[in-house]
Amino acid sequence: MNSPKRTNEFLYFALKNKKVLLGVSIILFFLVLAFIGPLINHNKPLDYVDFAGAQPPSAKYWFGTTFFGQDVFSQLVHGLQATFLVGLLGGGIGSLIGMLIGFVAGYRGGMVDEILNAFTNIVLVIPTLAVLLIIATYLQVRSVVTESLFIGFTAWPWAARAIRAQTFSLCTRDFVDLSRMTGMKSLKIITTDIAPNMMSYLVMTFILQFGGAILIAATLDFIGLGPMGTISLGLMMQYSVLWGALQLGSWWWFIPPGLAITIIVGALYGMNVGLDEVFNPKLREL
Amino acid sequence: MGRYLGRKLLIYALTFILAVSIDWMIPRFMPGDPIQNMLTRVTGAQTAASSQALYSYYSHLFGMDVPLWQQYLNFWDSLIHGNLGISMWLFPTPVSQVIKNAVPFDIALLVPSILLSWYAGNKFGAFAARSKWLDNTVSPLGYLLTATPYMWLGILLAWLFGTVWRIFPIAGAYSFLMLPNLSLSFIGSLLLHWFLPFASLFLVGFGGQAIGMRNLIIYELEADYANYLEALGAPRKLIRDYAFRNAILPQVTGLALSLGVIVAGALVTEVVFSYPGIGYLLLNAIQNSDYFLIQGCFLFIIIGVLLANFVIDVAYVIIDPRTRRGMTGGTA
Repeated sequence: MNSPKRTNEFLYFALKNKKVLLGVSIILFFLVLAFIGPLINHNKPLDYVDFAGAQPPSAKYWFGTTFFGQDVFSQLVHGLQATFLVGLLGGGIGSLIGMLIGFVAGYRGGMVDEILNAFTNIVLVIPTLAVLLIIATYLQVRSVVTESLFIGFTAWPWAARAIRAQTFSLCTRDFVDLSRMTGMKSLKIITTDIAPNMMSYLVMTFILQFGGAILIAATLDFIGLGPMGTISLGLMMQYSVLWGALQLGSWWWFIPPGLAITIIVGALYGMNVGLDEVFNPKLREL
Repeated sequence: MGRYLGRKLLIYALTFILAVSIDWMIPRFMPGDPIQNMLTRVTGAQTAASSQALYSYYSHLFGMDVPLWQQYLNFWDSLIHGNLGISMWLFPTPVSQVIKNAVPFDIALLVPSILLSWYAGNKFGAFAARSKWLDNTVSPLGYLLTATPYMWLGILLAWLFGTVWRIFPIAGAYSFLMLPNLSLSFIGSLLLHWFLPFASLFLVGFGGQAIGMRNLIIYELEADYANYLEALGAPRKLIRDYAFRNAILPQVTGLALSLGVIVAGALVTEVVFSYPGIGYLLLNAIQNSDYFLIQGCFLFIIIGVLLANFVIDVAYVIIDPRTRRGMTGGTA
């Protein structure tokens, strides 16, 4: 199933798909910006580099300065790093937990499934943000990493449900029965028979979890529970609103962070639609 | 039908218990001493004697001077009596009162924006699935709208319509010059202040619903029954209507699942517009380390989302006859 030829085939179609190409290029662009940015702009994101107040974009400050005289471009590139970290870690953990619970529930069935499914449904109804809110409130030190961890730990339910349903339908297939008859261990069956056959699904789950984690982090930061002593795109928006950028019309302060998030998450969604067309759709119609 | 709703109610009851337990657990089992932390943050430096007095006052307030199991029962007991503690930020107003004052604004924002975006999004999504040209313009726009962080759309609208064009006010729920009354000018002011936050919630929701519906309709139109109808020579409108009816069911479930996200969106939108709902309360509670108020808001959000979920379940039973006859358990 996972032979190199097949992988190449996917790659071939993926590279011919405009949505995938566009999405990947946009993500790469921002990724490069996040890591090249600090090299070409030496201002620290939280340093007060200019005391003349909020200044519009200029040759010296590409994206202008904040009310306190901080460099917006520098904040943006450092915020992008935080955004990618949250997406990767939060989305990664969310997908992993979702896979674990989904595979076990779908493969085992019976009582295990009943319990895991009930648990999933319960966590699914709880508004994620509310839980994150209460956790973040009592955290003494908040960093981007802890934020991502907690986001990952609360974002998995829909992934678990979707993967469980897929696993269910794969479990009744002949090749899984065959492996079972040969006495293969459950873990091995899941990793060699089931997971590869829904690889497309898992990839798309990760992409959606990635985007979701970014949006949740922005929300959390915006409401005042973001990481401390650092910058993120959500924090930029919070500071701009709290310090009157709206009333003062300092658009260069709040447009870039929100626009960056919108484009990144939009690119991820677009990529997902494209991948949906690339991967074998048969799997999803089971 | 009874079985279906009963199962749902059980899930919600368990969810509620879990949520309350989280609410109880986190301040107690988080590393560090929340009371000490609260004291330093709320009052800053103070004498040893007053600090000691405050410490014992707070531990009594939290009920931390009794065994854990008793603390847990006490927590439930005070919760059932509607006692959520006293707000620090708006001292000495009880938290339940503070929340009660904010709720009408949340309902005014959430209910119309959810219902309207759901209705309009579905209609429009089904409409867009009809033509290649519409689909090619609407789908990317829809994806972009769902990718937009709620607060950013709010900020953009506030900036464009409030600061640049000066059409709408961008702070508060009514003019600061007025006192709440039933006059026409006051209601007009309420509406003016309500419009932008409503519009930004509506737009993000609209994008998501339209895409969902578009995808479902396309899927339904490929189903056997649609092909069969087409082969029979049924008018396109009839086939579309059947597809729409089938597609609306997953959209109802989807709405229930996205409630948490919508509520989170409403919270940050309220922050942008200083709209005095729960989100605005939360921001102030966080900035003032008002722990009781944060916990109260948490519980309120949970209860609100659970109630809304139940309402949607009842609606599901009404529109899907299969759940009524117990033929399927519904997927959610």
